[in-house]
Amino acid sequence: MPSPRRAALILVLLALLVLLSIVLALLVGSLQVTPAELWAAVTGSASGSGGLVLELRLPRALAAFACGALLALAGALMQVLLRNPLADPYVLGISGGAGVGAMSGLFFGLSLWAVDALAFAGALLAMLTVFGLARGDGSWTQTRLLLTGVIVAAGCGALIALMLSLAEDGRVHGMLFWLMGDLGQTFIWWPAMLVLVVALLCSLPFARELNLLARGLLQAQAFGVAVGRLRFIVYVLASLATAAAVTTAGSIGFVGLVVPHLVRLAIGNDQRVLLPGAALAGGALLVLADTAARTLIAPQQLPVGVLTALIGVPVFLFLLARQPR
Amino acid sequence: MSGPYVAPLAARQLVVEVGGRRVIDGLDLNVAAGECLGILGRNGAGKSTLLTTLAGLRPPAQGEVLLAGTPYPQLNPRAAALQRGWLGQFQQDPFGASVLETALAGRHPHLGRWDWESAADGAKVREALSLLGLAGMEQRQVHTLSGGERQRLALATLLVQAPGVYLLDEPLSHLDLNHQMAVLRLFSQLAHTQGAAVVMVLHEPALAHRFCDRALLIHGDGRCVQGTADETLTAAKLSELYAYRLRQISDGDQRCFIPE
Repeated sequence: MPSPRRAALILVLLALLVLLSIVLALLVGSLQVTPAELWAAVTGSASGSGGLVLELRLPRALAAFACGALLALAGALMQVLLRNPLADPYVLGISGGAGVGAMSGLFFGLSLWAVDALAFAGALLAMLTVFGLARGDGSWTQTRLLLTGVIVAAGCGALIALMLSLAEDGRVHGMLFWLMGDLGQTFIWWPAMLVLVVALLCSLPFARELNLLARGLLQAQAFGVAVGRLRFIVYVLASLATAAAVTTAGSIGFVGLVVPHLVRLAIGNDQRVLLPGAALAGGALLVLADTAARTLIAPQQLPVGVLTALIGVPVFLFLLARQPR
Repeated sequence: MSGPYVAPLAARQLVVEVGGRRVIDGLDLNVAAGECLGILGRNGAGKSTLLTTLAGLRPPAQGEVLLAGTPYPQLNPRAAALQRGWLGQFQQDPFGASVLETALAGRHPHLGRWDWESAADGAKVREALSLLGLAGMEQRQVHTLSGGERQRLALATLLVQAPGVYLLDEPLSHLDLNHQMAVLRLFSQLAHTQGAAVVMVLHEPALAHRFCDRALLIHGDGRCVQGTADETLTAAKLSELYAYRLRQISDGDQRCFIPE
C-alpha cells in the first residue's frame, strides 16, 4: 500500500489531469477559442466567445466529469461488495431499471425533465427490488445478490427491447442515444456532482474496512469489521451513484468496469487511494471521451457511450488476458 | 487482582446446528489463559462450525459464547477483534495484494478510522513474518505464494492482530512437516509462556496429544467428550471417534496412533 505522502501525490496528479481535461473540453469544438480568451472569460474581465464557451461547454464538461467519477466510484464499490473483479455499476440491474423508466418516458414523448425523473425512479425501483429479493432469506450473499441483479437486469433488457420495437420511428433515435449514453442533452450538472461529493464523503471513512471486506465476510468480521452494516452502506452508495450517473447521461458503458482496474494496476488495491483515484480518473476519461464524441465527426455528435466502449473493450480484454490466475 | 477468575473464552449450554442437524448439544467449555485445546472429529462433524461460533462469527442455535465474560452480542466487532483472532480454512484474495499489505490487515482493530499504518505496524509485520519463515517476502504478491506459504501468511497476520484468544481451523493444512512442528511449537509457546488461550482443530491425534493440554472430541451427533489430552486421546476413544480401529504406541510421554 502506498504511504500517505505517495497517496496524496497520486491524487494531486489525477486532479491535475481532471483540470487539464476540462480545459481541453472548453477549448475544443466548432467554435474555436484561444486559451487567452478563455482565461479572460474565467477571470470575468471580458465576454464574447470565451464567455459563450464557458456558458455552453462548462456545464457539459462538469456533467461529464461527475458522471465518469460516479460510474468509476460505483464500479470500484461494486467490485468490493461482490468480491468480483468483473462487477460493474450496471451488474445489479440499476441501469436496466433506469433504462426502462427513461424508455417509457421517451416512448410516450414526455419532456426531458419527465424522462430524467422516470429514469431515476426506475433506478431506485430496481435497487429496492434487487435488495428485497436478494434479502429474501436474510442471507443476501454475494452470489444471491449477483444472480438477482443479473436476472432483474435481463428482465429490464427485455422491456427496453419491447419498447424499442414498438416505438414510433422518429423516437427510436433518441432512445438509442439514451441507451448508449449521451451527454448532448445534459445541461444540469450539479445534482450528479452533489451525489458524487456525498458518495465520496460517505465511502472514504470506510475505505480501510473495504480492503478487508474483499477478503471474505467472515474474515473481515474476524478483523473487526461490522460486515452487515458496511455492506448495506456500500450497496446504497454504489446504487445511488449509479442512479445519479445514469439519470444524467444514460447508460455509459465500461467506465465503471475499466477505470477501477486501470487505477488498481497503477497504484494497487488500497481502497483509501483507489476510491478517490478511480473517481478522478473516471471523471477525466469521460470528459475526454465526450470532447472526442462531439468533435470527431462534427457537426454530428456521437453517443459518448460508444466511444468509451470502443476504448474500453480492448483495454479490458488486454487486462483480462494478463490477469494472473 | 481480586474477584472470580474469568476465562478468556467460554461456552455455556452451547447448541450448534448445521443444515438443521444438531452437531453440538449443550456444550459447556472453558478455555483458560495459557491453555492449548485441540478439537478433533470426523469430516462434517461440525468442528469448523463450532470454531466460527466460538469466534462469534456465527450465532449459536442456543446458549452463548463469552469472550472474557462478555457475550458476543454485547461486543462490537472491533472490540471482539482485539481479543480473539480466527484462522479460517480458506484464504481468499480476489484482488492482488502484497504479503506486507495482507499481513497489515491484522492491525485493523488497533487503528482508528483515519489512522494510516505506521512504521511500528510495519515492524510488527516483519517480526511476525520472520517467525513464520516468511522474512524478506514483504513485497511478493500473494497469488505467487504456494499453498503452505499462503497458510503461514494467514498465521502471521493473526500474530500481527495479537489477540489473547486464538481460534485456528486446521492451522497445519498445506504445511510440510518442518513447518507443522514450527507452527505447533509457536502457538503452544504463545499459550504456555505468554498466557494466550489457543484452540485448534487438528487431524493428527499424536500431534494433538503432544502439543495440547486438553482435547475436545466431537462426534457430530451432539455428543462431545472433553478432558486432558492424556485421558481423551486414547486408542479406545479415538477409535470410536473416527469409527476406525487405532492402535496406540507409547514412547516415553509421547503417543502414536496407528490405523489397523
